[in-house]
Amino acid sequence: MQLAGNRFADTSAAFGNDLYTLPSFPAEIRAPAGTLPGVSSFQIQIADWDISTSGDRPDCMVAMNPAALKSNIADLRQGGTLIVNNEAFDERGLAKAGYEDNPLIDGSLNQYDMIQIPMNTLTKEAVADKVSGRSVLRSRNFVALGFLAWLFQRPLEPIKTWTNTKFARIPNVAEANLAALKAGYNFGVTTEASRTIFKVNPATLPVGTYTNLTGNTALAWGLIAASYCAKLPLFYGSYPITPASDILHELARHKRLGVRTFQAEDEIAAVGAAIGASFGGSLAVTGSSGPGIALKSEAISLALTAELPLLVVNVQRAGPSTGMPTKPEQTDLLFSLFGRHGESPMPVIACSTPSDVVETTIEAARIALKYMTPVILLSDNHIANGSEPWSIPDAGSLPDISVPFASAPNGANGQYLPYLRDFNTFSRPWAIPGTKGLEHRIGGLEKENISGNISYNPENHQLMTDSRAWKVANIANDVPAVEVSGELDADLLVLSWGSSKGTVGAACRNLNREGYKIAYAHLRYLNPLPANLGEVVHSYEKLMIPELNMGQLRYIIRANYLKDAVGLNKVAGTPFYIGEIRDKILEIVEP
Amino acid sequence: MSNVTYKRTDLQSDQEVRWCPGCGDYTILASVQTFMAQMGVRRENIVVVSGIGCAARLPYYMKTYGFHTIHGRAPAIATGLAASRPDLSVWVVTGDGDALSIGGNHLIHALRRNANIKILLFNNQIYGLTKGQYSPTSEVGKRTKSTPFGSIDYPFNPVSLALGAEATFVARTIDMDRNHTQQILAEAVNHRGSVFIEIYQNCNVFNDKAFIQLTGKTERVTNRINLQDGKPVVFGRSGENCVVMEDGEARIKPTASVSKDQILVHDPTRDNPSVAFSISRLAHGPFGPTPLGVFRKVRRPTYGAEMQLQIVESQDRGPGDLDALFSSIGTWTVT
Repeated sequence: MQLAGNRFADTSAAFGNDLYTLPSFPAEIRAPAGTLPGVSSFQIQIADWDISTSGDRPDCMVAMNPAALKSNIADLRQGGTLIVNNEAFDERGLAKAGYEDNPLIDGSLNQYDMIQIPMNTLTKEAVADKVSGRSVLRSRNFVALGFLAWLFQRPLEPIKTWTNTKFARIPNVAEANLAALKAGYNFGVTTEASRTIFKVNPATLPVGTYTNLTGNTALAWGLIAASYCAKLPLFYGSYPITPASDILHELARHKRLGVRTFQAEDEIAAVGAAIGASFGGSLAVTGSSGPGIALKSEAISLALTAELPLLVVNVQRAGPSTGMPTKPEQTDLLFSLFGRHGESPMPVIACSTPSDVVETTIEAARIALKYMTPVILLSDNHIANGSEPWSIPDAGSLPDISVPFASAPNGANGQYLPYLRDFNTFSRPWAIPGTKGLEHRIGGLEKENISGNISYNPENHQLMTDSRAWKVANIANDVPAVEVSGELDADLLVLSWGSSKGTVGAACRNLNREGYKIAYAHLRYLNPLPANLGEVVHSYEKLMIPELNMGQLRYIIRANYLKDAVGLNKVAGTPFYIGEIRDKILEIVEP
Repeated sequence: MSNVTYKRTDLQSDQEVRWCPGCGDYTILASVQTFMAQMGVRRENIVVVSGIGCAARLPYYMKTYGFHTIHGRAPAIATGLAASRPDLSVWVVTGDGDALSIGGNHLIHALRRNANIKILLFNNQIYGLTKGQYSPTSEVGKRTKSTPFGSIDYPFNPVSLALGAEATFVARTIDMDRNHTQQILAEAVNHRGSVFIEIYQNCNVFNDKAFIQLTGKTERVTNRINLQDGKPVVFGRSGENCVVMEDGEARIKPTASVSKDQILVHDPTRDNPSVAFSISRLAHGPFGPTPLGVFRKVRRPTYGAEMQLQIVESQDRGPGDLDALFSSIGTWTVT
């Protein structure tokens, strides 16, 4: 279904719709087909206007078997269009899904507009002379895709092009899939001709060239772009982990852009190698998800005290421990802020949507390089696997984030002083091996201010601790103020961070259109927080913070500004629905 | 690399050396500085990376680039540095706890990959910096603060471990023998890829005389098995003992009891590490006859060079282009 979903997304993008996708799949590689744990789904919202979520309740749902129906039917809106493969609803299929009666005939689906399609038969007939045996029914998803293409009047060309490229080495499979696609399309034309079809016109997006990007691909591209903007080679150390592995896969393809990827023996080696590359003058990055970041914690503190630039990408997933690896959560915020030993503040920045990722990644690299510090860049499963059109910038228009290496001694008598800080940024100079005369030693032991020699002096440790903290706190003056949108003179401010942005923003905009006064703000910078945030939260009587955790940003806001907030918190393995945000807001504004 | 030569003092940093008086580390530091002064590499191109432990302080005493990192991770950090900077001469200084206990995983993987790093493992068979617990190379039964009833841990033989990981250069030397140490370093320095040198190092505070069988005036004569490329492996005061391969393993025999052609002729360049491994099994610690020298020296592409090669080959058609990347998966234009 992921394949069919992605192809529908591509053809919709080519058609000019705005779109937002949300795939959901089990962690198991080949979970038993037809069972409830084996259901893989793909949700997409398409629109003729600028949307920011994958939608709450679908208008149309395709269920390939009883298990898929049972797992997802509750989401379909009343009166929605339900497309089923009725041939999968046999005794065995129903039993696997735990249905005692066949829902297609027992009346339980009467509130939906149901279209039954004999997908097995259509597939067999269409592909009979092309593939045989078990391969035949593999093309069923193309029948479904073909029917959807008819129902939504999508162009077939992008699907055909993709299929011919993807299966170029097995042309009979490509032909079988395209025959199935056509069979599904024709089924619509011939048997459902009188049905009302969905008509979603192209969106009026801002002028530009677009591509449909998932968050993980965007993050990989963002890193490549950051290396371009920094004029430094990119080094990515990583150990495979869901849902971050796709960043490694994407980067590994781009050797031509000078990208070095290192699949390490473990998470610690992955961050270690990145720190080594940073010492050598690369734009160094390590990426993982929560459990892997936990393993990297000690090494991140080394980068922090050695004051080396490093990006730490955390694609959050449901935890703790192995948790639910393919499900989204925003539960690593406090861990990102505090999950290190010693006094070790470091910048934390969060992506919000797939189309925001490239820019946020470049920004994270800018801060790491300018302030010689590790930076945590947060994404999550929702952003990583969801996709959205991204307006492609000219490479030439991207910001210059390069920082010069130290090239000459900065002390008396030709001495190089690795911890002589810049007056404005409090950043230390970056002298890389190979630079004559700047040979120096750094490490995890406390360093004497300026000289960098080992020091156990009590005043020095206080000074260095204060210096590192001040350096990070000062970044607040180098990031944009938080902006409030919606009804600025409202009583209620809704504050979001990370992947909730689209849903929270949509809920607030909807309510504003209905006449409710709601103000809305979103945080990209979690540490340091934007300089004006205290003033902003105090200028509203009520503050609401929705997040996919049990109240972590709320805790931070209270601790920093003594401002109470109402939380909307859930950890259910799914993103927020617009309706959930709406209900909570109404509860606050209409008590 | 250039032909620059330095004096030993040119390699000494201005930091006071703070190992315990009488520590074997002083001797090794002197050997390393003396060697590096004339190895022909400019000091700005040398990086010494270490983890945690007594040995790990060494980078602070070298007037090169240096990075004192975290426990056990130096091979990983050095791998990242060497892979991203193939132009540097990257050295790792580690100890038996650092390399074989907390960092065992990184060590074997660095060796397996043939990362272009030179690992000096100072093996004193004890935890020194944490004041005297047994280490993964301490002998069974060793009484220490953490093993008052004697250690029940079976120790690693570091050379066997490195050979098991198919390291391309594996050697053993001993702190007190500065000439031997420098000979080994000289052989190692031109090796491309991972170098693993176990250096027996006396900890005179917590494990004094652990290597007396190889350093004592009389003991060393009978117990040192000096491995020399192309030479029959004989040892003892007048070559009275020798090593033969028998039933698939290396064994020590009285030289008089075997015919000359039965004596193993040492060849570290054998591609298969089995014979080198057998030789490493002659001693499971420095308690009797113990082989010293180069066990294995074979050529294999290095990790960093292979990584570089993939980039260079990909760029045969010209370097990549960010605009092309951004347009690589299907675009549409809104006008």
